[in-house]
Amino acid sequence: MIAIVDYGMGNVGSVRNALRFLGAEGIVTAHGADFEKASHIILPGVGAFPDGMRRLKSCPGFSDMEREVLVRGKPFLGICLGMQFLATYGEEAGGAPGLGWIEGRVERLRVDEDAYRLPHIGWNEVAPIESSILFKSVPSRHFYFVHSYVLRPNDPNIVVGTCAYGETFPVAVEKGNIFGTQFHPEKSQKGGLAVLKNFISYA
Amino acid sequence: MLKVRVIPCLTIKDHKLVKSVRFRDHRNIGNYVAAVRVFNARDVDELIFLDLDAGKRGIERWIVEAVTKECFMPVTLGGGVKTVEDVQLLLSAGADKVAMNSAVLECPRLIAEASRRYGSQCVVVSIDVRMVHAGWRVFTHGGSADGGKDAVSWAKEVEDLGAGEILLNSIDLDGTMEGYDTELIRAVADAVRIPVIALGGAGIPGDCVKAVQAGASAVAAASMFQYTQVTPNVIKRALADVGFPARIG
Repeated sequence: MIAIVDYGMGNVGSVRNALRFLGAEGIVTAHGADFEKASHIILPGVGAFPDGMRRLKSCPGFSDMEREVLVRGKPFLGICLGMQFLATYGEEAGGAPGLGWIEGRVERLRVDEDAYRLPHIGWNEVAPIESSILFKSVPSRHFYFVHSYVLRPNDPNIVVGTCAYGETFPVAVEKGNIFGTQFHPEKSQKGGLAVLKNFISYA
Repeated sequence: MLKVRVIPCLTIKDHKLVKSVRFRDHRNIGNYVAAVRVFNARDVDELIFLDLDAGKRGIERWIVEAVTKECFMPVTLGGGVKTVEDVQLLLSAGADKVAMNSAVLECPRLIAEASRRYGSQCVVVSIDVRMVHAGWRVFTHGGSADGGKDAVSWAKEVEDLGAGEILLNSIDLDGTMEGYDTELIRAVADAVRIPVIALGGAGIPGDCVKAVQAGASAVAAASMFQYTQVTPNVIKRALADVGFPARIG
C-alpha cells in the first residue's frame, strides 16, 4: 500500500488513479497509522508554499510521516510543490521554512518574464542523468510542468534531471530514499507512469 | 524547449457532450466519458472540460471524477465555480487547473484567494468575448450577460489578481470553424505575461498556426476535433513544420 499524503490541497485524485493504473493501491491519508503501514509515501502538491507547509504540518500524522521517511528510510516522492517542500526554505508568497530534508531554497525561476511567460506550464524535455533511479528505461523525455518556483539544492550531486526554460534548472532529485520531481509524473502519460513505476518498485 | 500545447475542449450540458455554435444551438454529440478515453488514448497534451450547466445546478463531483479517472494528462475543469471551496472540490476530484468565469467578474477577489491558497498555476480565468461596437466585450453566464468590461483590460486585471493562465474564447467564432480571432489573441497576449490559450473558431491546422503566431501559448478546439478528421497530432505536425516546438507522439 502506498500512502498519498492528504493535506487538503494536493491533486490527490490523479496520483491515486495513476497508481491504480500501475496495479498499486494508493490510500489518500493524513494519519500516522497509514504512514506506518505504507511501503512508500507520495506527497503531491498543488498550491502556494507557505499555506501548503502550514497545512502539511497540521496533519495529524505529520510527525509519523517524518519518522517513517527520516528514521525508517521509507521511500518518499514529493511531486511539484511536494518536491519544493523538501527544501530548507521557500520564497513564494512571503516565504516560509520547508521540511529541510534537502538543503536548498525554493526560488522563482530566473527568467526574463517578458520573453518567458510564467508559470512554466506545459510539456518540456527533461535531461536525466544516467544513474538515475526514477528515469531508468523511461520511454519519453517529455513531462508536464506547472510551476513558477523551483527547488535549488545546495548539493548538485543529488540532482538527477534538469530542464531548460529561460534557464536550466533542477527538476528531479534523488537523495537516498527521498525523491522529488518538479514535473507531474501522474499527468505525463507513458513517460510519467514509467517514473512512478520506478519509484514504487524502489525498495 | 517548452512545447506549444494542443488542447481538446469538451463541453457538457444535461450530462451529455455538446457542441454549440456562437454559444447557442447546443448539439448533443455523444458520451463525454468515451470522448475523454479517446483523447487519453491519443496521448493529447491536455484537456479542458467545462460543465455548462453546473452554474445553475451546482458542481457534481461524480461527473468530474468520471472524467479525471480516465486522464493521465492534465485536465482543466470548469463550470459553476463560485467559491474557493468549489476550487478545492474540483482539485480534490482530480483537476489540475480550475477555470473560472462568471463568478470572478462579480467577485474578482476570488482569483486572488484561489491563487494565494492553491497557487496561480491552477487558476485559469476563462474570458468569453463578443464583439460589440467594434470593441471586445467580456460576456458571462454562457454568453448571455454583458460583463461590462473590455477584454484586454480584464485580462490585465486577472493577471494582476494572480491568474495563472487565460482561456480566451471568441463567442462570435465559437463552433463556426472559420478560424480564431487572431487580432483578439494578439491584443490579449501582448497585454499580459501569463500564457494565453486560444479557443473559438479553429477549423483547420492552419488556424492553429495563426493563433500561435499571434501569441497564443496553447490552442484549444472542440468542433475541429469532433467534426473533422483533424487530430491533435495533425495540428502538432503543422506547428512543427513552421518551426514551433510541439510534442509529437
